[in-house]
Amino acid sequence: MTALLVVALLLVAVGGGAVVLARRPDRQAVTLSVYGLLLSVLFLLLGAPDVALSQLAVGAVVVPLMVLFAHRKLSRRGDE
Amino acid sequence: MIRRARLLLFAASGAGLVTLIVTAYLGLPAFGRISHPYGARAISAAVVDKGTANVVASVTFDQRGFDTLGEEFILFTSVLGALLLLRPSAEETKRARNAPQGRVLDSTRLVAHLLLPLTLLIGVYVVAHGNVTPGGGFQGGVILATALHLLYLGGDYATLRRFTPRAVFDVVESVGAAGYLVLGLAGLIAGGAFLDNVLPRGTFGQLTSAGTVPLLNVAVGMEVFAGIVLLLARFFEQDLELRGGDR
Repeated sequence: MTALLVVALLLVAVGGGAVVLARRPDRQAVTLSVYGLLLSVLFLLLGAPDVALSQLAVGAVVVPLMVLFAHRKLSRRGDE
Repeated sequence: MIRRARLLLFAASGAGLVTLIVTAYLGLPAFGRISHPYGARAISAAVVDKGTANVVASVTFDQRGFDTLGEEFILFTSVLGALLLLRPSAEETKRARNAPQGRVLDSTRLVAHLLLPLTLLIGVYVVAHGNVTPGGGFQGGVILATALHLLYLGGDYATLRRFTPRAVFDVVESVGAAGYLVLGLAGLIAGGAFLDNVLPRGTFGQLTSAGTVPLLNVAVGMEVFAGIVLLLARFFEQDLELRGGDR
């Protein structure tokens, strides 16, 4: 269990780093979604299924979607 | 000079923050311990006194129900604020109705149509079982909201619009938010304290157990479901229906 936790924590650290290093908001939306998934796995391993479920629904789906929408709207500036 | 002053200010406040966080962490119980002073009390209060199988639900909706009321209205006001910010401005105009639609693969269409009823069912299940298994109104509400958007993934935007009439979802969101308040007031009238869990506890682990907890879950579920749908609808509208006005 401890080994599993260490792996999950490392993956979360890598995932968080990937979001920051992606720089471009459209890529960040995708990495953020993966990061949200990794976080929910960590929460599940730590015995918090309720939080994991919220994290999965909000962090991995809704927030990245909103980032994508906002990015599409803003990047259309000047076009059309 | 200003840059230097800023750096100094940042270093000082950063060092202060680190000190506070480290001090706070040193005072925490050891990581991964089985027993925890607050946990033990919360669990016995949930299981023995309040008859709620999902201890987390007992904490959020019974022992700390008032905090959750605050959280519900945080979501309510953030959705309200986002809807206000995203409303069509004077410079924006409606796009031509027949904007080219992206092609949807048959396999995507099939999977979306198979998953739609299943996901809706899971959403209802998660809301309804919040008092006995992990989940509840918040999680289930978000699942229900995302489920509806399979209509867009597997179909088209017009279908999504048809099944998410704004007037209906406005009402559902408001009724959900108000429902929590009404249940709180009912506790005040019947039990003498706001959000007092006055209903019978029922049989431990049953769907109808835990008094007001399942009802509060339904209220939160309605509010979250409709709130997220309305929020995403505004984003869809900005992206697919409006043009211009990009400041």
